[in-house]
Amino acid sequence: MSDAIRLRPGDVLGLGAVGLRTRRLRTALTAVGIAIGIAAMVAVLGISASSRADLLAELDELGTNLLEVTPGQSFFGDSSKLPVDAPAMVRRIGPVESAAATATVTASVRRTDFISPLETGGISVLAAEPNLLSTLDGTLSSGTFLNAATDRYPTVVLGADTARTLGISSVAGSPRVYLGGQWFTVVGILDPLPLAPTIDRAALIGFPIAEAMFGIDGSASTLYVRTTPAQVDAVRAVLPATANPAAPTEVRVTRPSDALEARAATDDALTALLLALGGVALLVGGVGIANVMVISVLERRREIGVRRALGATKQHIRVQFVVEALLLSGLGGVTGVLLGAVVTGGYAAVRGWTIAVPILAVVAGVGIALLVGAVAGLYPAARAARLTPAEAVRTT
Amino acid sequence: MSASLAAVPPQRLATDHAVVRLDRVGKEYPGSPPVHALVDVSLEVRAGDMVAVVGPSGSGKSTLLNLIGALDRPTTGTVEIDGRDVARLDDRALSALRAARIGFVFQQFNLVEGLTAVENVATALLYRGVPARERRARAADALERVGLAARAHHRPSELSGGEQQRVAIARAVVGDPALVLADEPTGNLDSARGAEIMEVLHALHTEGTTLLVITHDHAIAASLPGAISIRDGRVELERGPR
Repeated sequence: MSDAIRLRPGDVLGLGAVGLRTRRLRTALTAVGIAIGIAAMVAVLGISASSRADLLAELDELGTNLLEVTPGQSFFGDSSKLPVDAPAMVRRIGPVESAAATATVTASVRRTDFISPLETGGISVLAAEPNLLSTLDGTLSSGTFLNAATDRYPTVVLGADTARTLGISSVAGSPRVYLGGQWFTVVGILDPLPLAPTIDRAALIGFPIAEAMFGIDGSASTLYVRTTPAQVDAVRAVLPATANPAAPTEVRVTRPSDALEARAATDDALTALLLALGGVALLVGGVGIANVMVISVLERRREIGVRRALGATKQHIRVQFVVEALLLSGLGGVTGVLLGAVVTGGYAAVRGWTIAVPILAVVAGVGIALLVGAVAGLYPAARAARLTPAEAVRTT
Repeated sequence: MSASLAAVPPQRLATDHAVVRLDRVGKEYPGSPPVHALVDVSLEVRAGDMVAVVGPSGSGKSTLLNLIGALDRPTTGTVEIDGRDVARLDDRALSALRAARIGFVFQQFNLVEGLTAVENVATALLYRGVPARERRARAADALERVGLAARAHHRPSELSGGEQQRVAIARAVVGDPALVLADEPTGNLDSARGAEIMEVLHALHTEGTTLLVITHDHAIAASLPGAISIRDGRVELERGPR
């Protein structure tokens, strides 16, 4: 005769929803537990992806074809110097688009001569070549950069941080600063230079006046080199020997954009940590589901008995409770993904980033929630199925 | 009419159309000492019967209900429901047998809380694989049979005890089972509601439904065509339904 039937998918879903419909508040609170965990994970992945997308866009814009040449150390540990004609020689390398030198000037910058020379505010004074601005692809927030006409006079261009420290926001009214014992007129203020933070914290004067007033010898302390994008590595290889043919090993060449890329990499460690925290929240949510399901099975012994009497097999009962747990966690998972996307969107909007929610995070979010639900539902469902119909029916 | 069936040898019982047949059934619950809930019980319910099982609490009525309802298996002897030996069926087959052949009415009504009256009735067809649309239609018909069509979309908490029991009866008969088992169907109702429920059951009997009513109330037992009285796990007295 008849064997037990297989339930239709629609009926299975309906069965799983009965308990949830009946206890809405409990359903909502339990789903919230899962939602928080999933939202945390999706938000972490989303924010990290948005940040990375932004960083890559920034890198794209800044270009990765800037190299920085500095004198290294000699074999004996003394600090080395670049030859005076290093900039000219570097410019002769074919793929080099431009090269600009800066040199350290031993002097302090102050707003007035009443301020102690010891309070430099971390501002360094650098001599800079007029083509530094174009080599760094920088822009001015106010005024003009040094040029062949102004670089022999006491004029100064301030880096972005320097201007803020000194409280000068515009060249209007020809503000002056007290630099190395003489008043210099501020002719320009730079925008921030992400690839050359040293410049942000410097006051720039011309080489001619630096040599005249402070006796520098014309040797560059830093040489910024912009190459054609395809030839960065080739240029990098020949730079030491070109900049200092006598002692190529005493030349350091770095690529400032590497630091930005490293920043993207360090974010990974933080992301992993935050993901793990989200995982802990999810685990707690899963325990919450298991807990609620065990209680639900105890409360619904009679319903289980009635269903058994109406012809439900053990398997039917088991499926009902597993599906209930799955619906519960699925509800939490979908809510969590939406919540995580909203958090990502909000954070990215505040930071002015493009919003990037990885599709993998969305799929994995719902998938992990369902997995947690299945695991959490198995034990309570097995308990429900173990009830013998006779004892379940008679429960008063 | 009042021949004692217990005295009849078992082989003579296996005549026409036995819906339920118990042959020297014993049920023992493990423990120290073990409890002999039923001892050597033989009885038979035929199609169209309406029989009471009457006895005080602790007499073995519940155990008998569980065995006849295929909710449990006997320790000794054989239980046949609709000609099938319960001992030979596994959980799946036993569940299928309950789904197809037996309708239950409980003292506590036992409706599922979150479901409306019509959904509760329709649940009885769920485990028989009836499609949802047909389940609803047949459930609505069954509610009409017990005079509760107007309350079809109320939840159990919105129904009186008597109304809940009518829903439960509709649930028991919606699948046209071979046997309806009613366990103290009036036990949780006042006498007026109880009488109404008995009227509904009598009406079902008139329409041809086979009914077995478990009760401790001798007045109810006396009002039914047949009665089996049990005490201490043994059949004490039988009054035949015909």
